[in-house]
Amino acid sequence: MTRFLDRSLILHLAVIAALFAAQYLLPSYHHTNIARIMVLAVFAMGYNIAFGYTGLLSLGHALFFAAGLYATGLGVEQWGLPTGIALIGGLAAGGAVAVATGLLALRTGGVSFMIVTLMFAQAGYLTILYFGAVTRGDEGFVISTAARSLGGLVLSDSTTRYFMALALFAVAMLAKLALVRSPTGRVLVALRENEERSRMLGFDPFRYKLLALGISGLYAGAAGAAYAVLFGYVGATFASIQYSILPLLYVLLGGAGTVLGPFLGALVMFYLIDISSGYTTAHLAVVGLALLILVLFAPKGILGALRERGLKWLP
Amino acid sequence: MLEISDLSGGYGAVEVLRGVTLTARGGEVTCVMGRNGAGKTTMLRAIMGQVRASAGTIRLKGTELQSLPAHEVPRHGIGYVPQGRRLFSDLTVAENITIGLMTRNHGAATRDKVLDLFPRLRERLDQRAGTLSGGEQQMLAIARALCLEPAVLLLDEPTEGLQPSMIAAIRDTVMLLKTTGVATILVEQRVDAVLSMADQVAFLQNGILAETCAAAALTPASPQFQTYVGV
Repeated sequence: MTRFLDRSLILHLAVIAALFAAQYLLPSYHHTNIARIMVLAVFAMGYNIAFGYTGLLSLGHALFFAAGLYATGLGVEQWGLPTGIALIGGLAAGGAVAVATGLLALRTGGVSFMIVTLMFAQAGYLTILYFGAVTRGDEGFVISTAARSLGGLVLSDSTTRYFMALALFAVAMLAKLALVRSPTGRVLVALRENEERSRMLGFDPFRYKLLALGISGLYAGAAGAAYAVLFGYVGATFASIQYSILPLLYVLLGGAGTVLGPFLGALVMFYLIDISSGYTTAHLAVVGLALLILVLFAPKGILGALRERGLKWLP
Repeated sequence: MLEISDLSGGYGAVEVLRGVTLTARGGEVTCVMGRNGAGKTTMLRAIMGQVRASAGTIRLKGTELQSLPAHEVPRHGIGYVPQGRRLFSDLTVAENITIGLMTRNHGAATRDKVLDLFPRLRERLDQRAGTLSGGEQQMLAIARALCLEPAVLLLDEPTEGLQPSMIAAIRDTVMLLKTTGVATILVEQRVDAVLSMADQVAFLQNGILAETCAAAALTPASPQFQTYVGV
């Protein structure tokens, strides 16, 4: 057990080290891309805690991402909050909105849960449009460079942005590794496997699912908050259904129920779109084809397939 | 001692159990027999709170279990091994056991005690539960329930579909548990298994407890088996 834990910890630390080195080894074109991928991977990691580990198929995660994005964006740009406070506010907003949604949505299950979370997200999206005077609606707003600084660090600077995204990614990934390896993480998997059996062993499914959704919301909120200050734009698109489906696709592509899967999924999907859009305007057809191949040949995602075919220790 | 008094209950409007009264004493094995649909599994599920009781009481050490939420019942010391094992197949043997230990905050001492009962599981701690043989899965299901250090153990057809050596191993475990004071309620259809393990036998018929006998008073030719079980 300890041997496996060590092996997986080494792998995850190696990924962080490789991303650190990438800043110096890759052409500058990729720096912003990878920074964006790392932030989106944090969002997807949170989604994976709810979906991959606990079995909660949500279509409402855009709401949690947007809660973090808007709380931080409005905080620094319109309310004049210090960036650090606004970031904490964004993180808390994501978690709080997820818990509030969960208190109602978790009274349902399966398809109903999916629909209820979608409904909440759509309500959030429409609310952003309705209060256009504050949120600037569909158009969104840009956060001024002056407002994007943290303890003397200029977050709009490409290198700083990259390392801030890496720091967030590293903390999120190691925290997730600790969570899934903990007894609580085992209970989440047990719930996914057999909710009734978990209840018969004395675990309250509602409580644990709410916990999973809350943690998932914290991840989404943190990603949204970081996105706002690192990339300097806040818009209603991030609250749309597209941003509920993206983390699902990242997780499915990389491997549901794996710690590294969401990052790998985000990386592959991002560059698939980036490269194919250079050749054709029908780049989404390429993505569709990739997903089709995945469903046919590796339905558990890239890392899920690797885990099945030998790397059984992959967390 | 688990006391079931005038228990009725079922699924929605369909009442499966009707006024069942049964006592399972510590250190004894109570076998429940009956035809398919007689209410055997429903009775176990009612004890676990999975089927709500419409009338009657289920008492363990002064606590009325029928009014508790289902997830609180195991914390009072009732271990349940359902039909079909229902393990967490994606988790390893060790992780399945850890989850069992968490229910009542038991630690390494309980874990060791349980694994001493099932040495084969000790050899397979890092193996995923879904890849174990049928007999090993049943052992793990029982081991996980024993991690609660239960006062009452409910076993729903634990020998179903197993090879004779596994059946013997499970029977040995049940007999060993008797000596530790655990009250065992065992749903079983095999007459030889019942007679080799039981202290009392309860016969259910259409949700009614038709007859309770001391196992010592029964033989394979006893008419109760023909009347209530059809063997």
